[in-house]
Amino acid sequence: MMDKTHVKIYSTGKYIPPHRVSNHDLTSWMDTSDEWIVKRTGIQSRYLSRGDNTSNLCIKAAHDVLEDSHIDADEIGLIIVATMSPDGQSPSVASKVQSAIQAGQAMAFDMNAACSGFVYALSTAEKILRHAPYGYALVLGGEVMSKEIDWTDRKTAVLFGDGAAGVLIGKTDEADQFISEDLHANGDKGKALTSGNRQVDNPLVQSDKSISYLTMDGREIFNFVTRSIPDSIHKVLNESRTDIEDIDYFLLHQANARIIEIIAKKLKRPLETFPMNIQNYGNTSAASLPILLDELAKEKKVLNGKKQKIILSAFGGGLTWGTLLLEIN
Amino acid sequence: MTTFEKIQEIIVDQLDKEETEVQLSTNFREELEADSLDLFQIINDIEDEFDIKIESEEGLTTVEDLVKYVEGQIES
Repeated sequence: MMDKTHVKIYSTGKYIPPHRVSNHDLTSWMDTSDEWIVKRTGIQSRYLSRGDNTSNLCIKAAHDVLEDSHIDADEIGLIIVATMSPDGQSPSVASKVQSAIQAGQAMAFDMNAACSGFVYALSTAEKILRHAPYGYALVLGGEVMSKEIDWTDRKTAVLFGDGAAGVLIGKTDEADQFISEDLHANGDKGKALTSGNRQVDNPLVQSDKSISYLTMDGREIFNFVTRSIPDSIHKVLNESRTDIEDIDYFLLHQANARIIEIIAKKLKRPLETFPMNIQNYGNTSAASLPILLDELAKEKKVLNGKKQKIILSAFGGGLTWGTLLLEIN
Repeated sequence: MTTFEKIQEIIVDQLDKEETEVQLSTNFREELEADSLDLFQIINDIEDEFDIKIESEEGLTTVEDLVKYVEGQIES
């Protein structure tokens, strides 16, 4: 029997638009306060695009990923961009990235699983790669959430930020890094987070031509996350017979610091093992996990040559959620 | 353990308060300084503990409101 192809993470990278908007800055746009936002979310600032669209952010993040990898773009066979805020329906953000980095051999497409997008895309890319003739796949999460938000709705407007980040994964002779996973959707609760809806408008039927802004049912999302994510993490641990104490870091989607604290408490693990950067970036949706991963890599806390077990777990619109257990080095 | 005692225990645990601070007449927002996420978490734990569904947190201002709501759900 042929040995299973092994896959590992080769490099990480990110791009954050330079314009930082503090909670205090927001108070000149809406009736809110630094204290209110920090207490409920942990967010102190976010970065907003001054015109760069999602593809621009993703292209810059892709260059950063490749710079660290020493891999030629021609060796990449697959590009997936996880996004719920693409420039448009076509061409995809991934196609624009493929062109900009001159990955002439790559297939490219976008994937939308809202804030769970990066976990979904990484899981998908890893599986395609195992059966593909090429050696490498580029997986990005990129969002300009600021264009999806109703800036008159202070409950959601304070939460989100823009950014892009990703990883290059590839085949390896070393140990496989993708240990176990648990991915789900529950469309029954889809109305709890909606964005970008368009009605049918054609010569047969006239309707509202507008595209809807992001809406969120806070309590529904809270209930879903604080129940589903601990279960999902336990599932990947049980499946791989891994002790929870052996996990070096739990990288959770950065949606709300309080939610991460609740999950840490439910899992009975110290908060130090749940790195957070939401205070700086807000919720960057599909970009949040790869931004966090890249920051930790650049601080040499992960992907530093040392064997570590990490959890990547994300949740979001759909509703969707997913957890990956990786053994990295 | 009465319904109140169970609910009191959940609130004490979630908000890190003393039992004496959590009485029937205690107001969540004003006296316990609980915000919406605190309430979501308390309701979440109560739903799990009593195996009931609390549809909305609206109208649940005091501990007594919550106890009455839960007792009503258990009876029906």
